Amino acid sequence: MTSPPLGPSRPSPSGRYHVAVVGAGPAGLAVAATAAAAGCRVALLDAAPAVGGQYWRGRDPGVRLSGVDVMTGSAVWFVSPGFVLHRRGSDPVAAERLVFATGAYDRTLPFPGWDLPGVVTPGAAQAMLKGCGVPIGDRVVVAGAGPFLLPVAAGLLEAGVRVVGVYEAGDPTRYARAPAAVAGARGKAREAMSYLATLARHRVPYRTRHAVLAARGVAAVSAVEVGQLDRSGALVPGSVRPVECDAVAVGYGFTPQLELPLALGCATRLDTDGSLVLAVDFAGQTTVPGVYAAGEVTGVGGAALAEVEGRLVGAGVAVATGHRSPLSEMELTRLLRRRSALRRFAALMHRVHAPPAGWPEWLTENTIVCRCEDVPVHRIRAAVTGLGATDGRAVKALCRPGMGWCQGRICGYPVAELTARWRGRPLTAADLAVFAHRPIAQPVRLGDL
Amino acid sequence: MSASGHLIFDGRRVPVKPGQTVAAALWAAGIRSWRTTRETGAPRGVFCGIGVCFDCLVTIDGTPNQRACLAPASPGMVVTTQLGTGR
Ligand SMILES: Cc1cc2nc3c(=O)[nH]c(=O)nc-3n(C[C@H](O)[C@H](O)[C@H](O)COP(=O)(O)OP(=O)(O)OC[C@H]3O[C@@H](n4cnc5c(N)ncnc54)[C@H](O)[C@@H]3O)c2cc1C
Ligand code: FES
Repeated sequence: MTSPPLGPSRPSPSGRYHVAVVGAGPAGLAVAATAAAAGCRVALLDAAPAVGGQYWRGRDPGVRLSGVDVMTGSAVWFVSPGFVLHRRGSDPVAAERLVFATGAYDRTLPFPGWDLPGVVTPGAAQAMLKGCGVPIGDRVVVAGAGPFLLPVAAGLLEAGVRVVGVYEAGDPTRYARAPAAVAGARGKAREAMSYLATLARHRVPYRTRHAVLAARGVAAVSAVEVGQLDRSGALVPGSVRPVECDAVAVGYGFTPQLELPLALGCATRLDTDGSLVLAVDFAGQTTVPGVYAAGEVTGVGGAALAEVEGRLVGAGVAVATGHRSPLSEMELTRLLRRRSALRRFAALMHRVHAPPAGWPEWLTENTIVCRCEDVPVHRIRAAVTGLGATDGRAVKALCRPGMGWCQGRICGYPVAELTARWRGRPLTAADLAVFAHRPIAQPVRLGDL
Repeated sequence: MSASGHLIFDGRRVPVKPGQTVAAALWAAGIRSWRTTRETGAPRGVFCGIGVCFDCLVTIDGTPNQRACLAPASPGMVVTTQLGTGR
């Protein structure tokens, strides 16, 4: 399924590329284009049928990829020594340097009824609408936390869908308390304002410090319960009321896709939003020499930051493989400034839109936490408080959350959080790492092994 | 790119538009679930929409465990509800 090379680039006689980039979203595209501009032989691999990642999703990103071997339809499932990338259904690709730009997915929190059909993530709502032209419902609730809720709601409205309410758990007035960080990302503020204007035009209520506490329905969701949160993120007693809907998009930010770099031994850290992210140095190199990372995998910050990081990493790997940096001194300075400004804004965004502290209170003993293995709250509670499991690994062994098809991608964060809370200690990177380690990154067929 | 036409879902004709995934085609026809879980038999359809959660597993042309949110829909495809994990 390898696309024909778009330019003169060919693997070196040894068959190795200077750099192989996994993930062709805004970050990976920028890495590939920048490294190729410096003369590197670049392979750009993505599991999807087209480049662009979650941001462009099939639309033309307008990035010049001359000199890049673009390999779409290439799901990388394993990396063997010598930086050999094994992909589904095609020959492996070897390179001197690896860059992981594998992006992120929606972070979700369990609540009663979250497994009813019609309850989806904001990313799913966006993917269905922007990717396939199918709105997730006729009367839709958008909820959770983060600036991404706004484009999702606005997109649905523009498609003629009735959005019955947008419920943001955070308190966005807190942005006003950090004017310097906001000033560094003016474009983002402007974008948010235009979405809010769209909501206002359609008279859609935008309620902050509100959360969806439960979903009700028989074969699919028919209503949600919405409640108000106090400053500490706890439910305000007596504030719960039902909202009728036929679909709900709910999510609490994004969390990176890390299995490949983790399998290589790259170190991680706990980011300000409570997500496990790759630890990288100034140049974007991970703790494994020769392995770099760019975009959401180094910390969730949006498409603009992903692209800036990608250009810097692209220039860095070019220099590391004996090429001249394609960036002028001035461009480099500008990109570094922009990166710090966008990272500062991202850290502020994480604090403003943190998952509400009170979420475990909304669970019932029978709420499913691990959707794959049908593990309810009471089995996890019994493992932690009854059988004495002190960490995620023990919980996993005792009652199997994170052992199903998704390998903990969905329940990893909530199980790690619940375990830490019930042990009376804060969440650590180690808690999350238990659920982020996956020996095989993508489903493989026997023929690939 | 897949063309317009119909796929067959559990014996029912479902319209398919170019560029749609199996999940999108089913959703557009008002179908919200096409799998039941192994333990409790609860219905499931789309959740993450991007191939991460595996909630949307479905049997396509006899092959079980395909992610409906990733699989491109094409006319003539035979899609069937999956019970448990298809094993
Ligand atoms: C479902 C979803 C929808 C989103 N929609 C928007 C939006 O409309 N607007 C917006 O501003 N932001 C959106 N975001 C946020 C978005 O993640 C970032 O803004 C931006 O796309 C991040 O860029 P990136 O390059 O780091 O990662 P991504 O754009 O996520 O790109 C990562 C790429 O890596 C590929 N990949 C991952 N693992 C493998 C593997 N093992 N083998 C091969 N390829 C692999 C993926 O297929 C993907 O194309 C969305 C996020 C999600 C999860
Ligand atoms: S909906 Fe999550 S994998 Fe398809």
